[in-house]
Amino acid sequence: MITTIAVQSLKHRLSAVLLTMLSIVVSVSLLLSVEHLRIQTKASFGRTISGVDLIVGAPTGQSNLLLYSVFRIGNPTNSVSWESYQTLSKLPSVKWIIPIALGDSHEGFRVLGTNTDYFKHFQYGNKQSLNIDKGKTFDAPFDAVIGAEVAEKLNYKLGDEIEMSHGLGEVSFTKHSESPFVVTGILASTGTPVDRTIHVTLIGLEAAHMNATEIHKIHESIAAGETIDVEIDSVTAMFIGLQAKMQVFQLQRAVNQYKKEPMLAIMPGVAFAELWQLVANVENILLFISVLILFSSLLGLATMLLTTVRERRQEMAVLRAIGAHSWVVFLLIQMEALLLSLGASIIAVLLVWAGFQFGSTWLSAEYGLFIENTVLGIRSIAIIGIVSVATFIIACVPAFSAYRQSLQQGMSNK
Amino acid sequence: MTHSGAAIEFDNVTFRYPQQRFAKSSDAKDLAIKINNWQVSTGQTIFVSGDSGSGKSTLLNLICGTLTPTTGTISILGQRFSTLSEQKRDRFRAQHIGVVFQQFNLIPYLTVKQNIDVAAYFGKGRKATSSKEIDDLCQQLNLATELLERPASQLSVGQQQRVAIARALINRPELLIVDEPTSALDASARDGFIQLLLNCVQQYEFTLIFVSHDLSLASHFEQHIKIADINEVLEVRA
Repeated sequence: MITTIAVQSLKHRLSAVLLTMLSIVVSVSLLLSVEHLRIQTKASFGRTISGVDLIVGAPTGQSNLLLYSVFRIGNPTNSVSWESYQTLSKLPSVKWIIPIALGDSHEGFRVLGTNTDYFKHFQYGNKQSLNIDKGKTFDAPFDAVIGAEVAEKLNYKLGDEIEMSHGLGEVSFTKHSESPFVVTGILASTGTPVDRTIHVTLIGLEAAHMNATEIHKIHESIAAGETIDVEIDSVTAMFIGLQAKMQVFQLQRAVNQYKKEPMLAIMPGVAFAELWQLVANVENILLFISVLILFSSLLGLATMLLTTVRERRQEMAVLRAIGAHSWVVFLLIQMEALLLSLGASIIAVLLVWAGFQFGSTWLSAEYGLFIENTVLGIRSIAIIGIVSVATFIIACVPAFSAYRQSLQQGMSNK
Repeated sequence: MTHSGAAIEFDNVTFRYPQQRFAKSSDAKDLAIKINNWQVSTGQTIFVSGDSGSGKSTLLNLICGTLTPTTGTISILGQRFSTLSEQKRDRFRAQHIGVVFQQFNLIPYLTVKQNIDVAAYFGKGRKATSSKEIDDLCQQLNLATELLERPASQLSVGQQQRVAIARALINRPELLIVDEPTSALDASARDGFIQLLLNCVQQYEFTLIFVSHDLSLASHFEQHIKIADINEVLEVRA
């Protein structure tokens, strides 16, 4: 019966209730989004690379090297010579080494030059290897293996030709039209930046940057079945796996002190922790602002209820006259507050879920964030619980006011 | 609960409002109510009149147990009200006392049925009142059943009178308190209401306390009590 009265009372003041509800929906949505993004971004970054002991690149900040080499965010500042790559690959402590070259793109998707070691050794998530969904890895200099999202978005199939553009924009004035790559493989989805990457051979990538005459000669050599003569000048970075994890510090120091060429070696885990420390401060500020906005919405709810308590003297008098204890009046106000905030919280959860359902593609395209839509989960229930408890505490102000009013006025309704 | 003695008994009752309790002076002028001895017999119809500020509302609150006396004892239907806990007084009021307010005070956003049902809910505990019980009562009060699902705010004054009485009678109270219900009514609506009320007294045999300052209504009731006759505070002030 109390619930019926509370529901009908809220319906009776629909416009004020809807505005208050909207304010709570916005604030809870904001809180949920910030919290979900925070957790998912960390998880997304965390599962992007696995099993790599060292990343080596040109000297820069360790976060920057991690961002451009692994997450494809930002641009490499410089490159590392092919000689250095060869030197490192011959070290006895190095089990495997993957060279990568970045800088070109196709339809807004990054092109990554590498060799077949990438498909053998690169791991993501919980030490999961890359799987070819269709076709095969590189066989010829102008072969390309594309990520799952590239294939889906651009509707590419095996055998389709790809023309690379210089630079990273979606629109480029410099296209490597003389040397198109042919899609020979499509990778299975990983939920990492690999899905949005076009992998080509290092030789093909180097060749694509030559002049038209040289490219023509290379194509002729390939057609004749001859070995092509392309010298790779440099790579952007290298992923290194070691024979023994214990050697990681030794090799890191050796690389960082390498006399012939300045290089930077970073441990992905350490760089990730450093990066996250920077991000965490921003996250905490965002979370704090979200909580403040929620608090202000709940204060709005309390104000709305407090105003109605004064308007509802007669109603309270009737309830007391028919035998309702003053605590029933308290409970009624609390129930109205909780119904309103619970309804708003549920709407907010559904809105945020829908937002991530439709917006996760955009997030991965724009920011390289692979967000899983796990909004409908325990965490959201916990947030709804916290919002409900906060509502109860804040609604104590109007509820106690109604309680005291009903105690003092009794059945008097004037 | 049936009671054959006094329906209402006031014995050396005084009442001060809370803010007066902390006043420095304990002068009799601070009192709102001082009634040495007052009794209403079971089944009587009493007309209570008095000027504004004479303590009528305070008296009704004391009878209903929403206020408790500062000193003295009040017994309602044989139950020493002042010794009961607040919760028990609320339950007693819900089960044995019906109240009809000035302007009838229906909860505007509830339907007619919900307005009556809410009184039954507090009177009968968690047990829901059957729809038949409400239908029967409304029929006896000439309240069309199609009105039951209509919001109270959409009723005419005459319909509101009947719903207010139905709400007060749903728990079959032995004491009905009617607080200035005719102040906003025209003469014909007022007479209709009094007639309806007195018919209910005959049918349900409850004690009726009718409070009004319209002295022309006093002749409809068995006894007319002026507040000034029983509340000694007014004598002192005079």
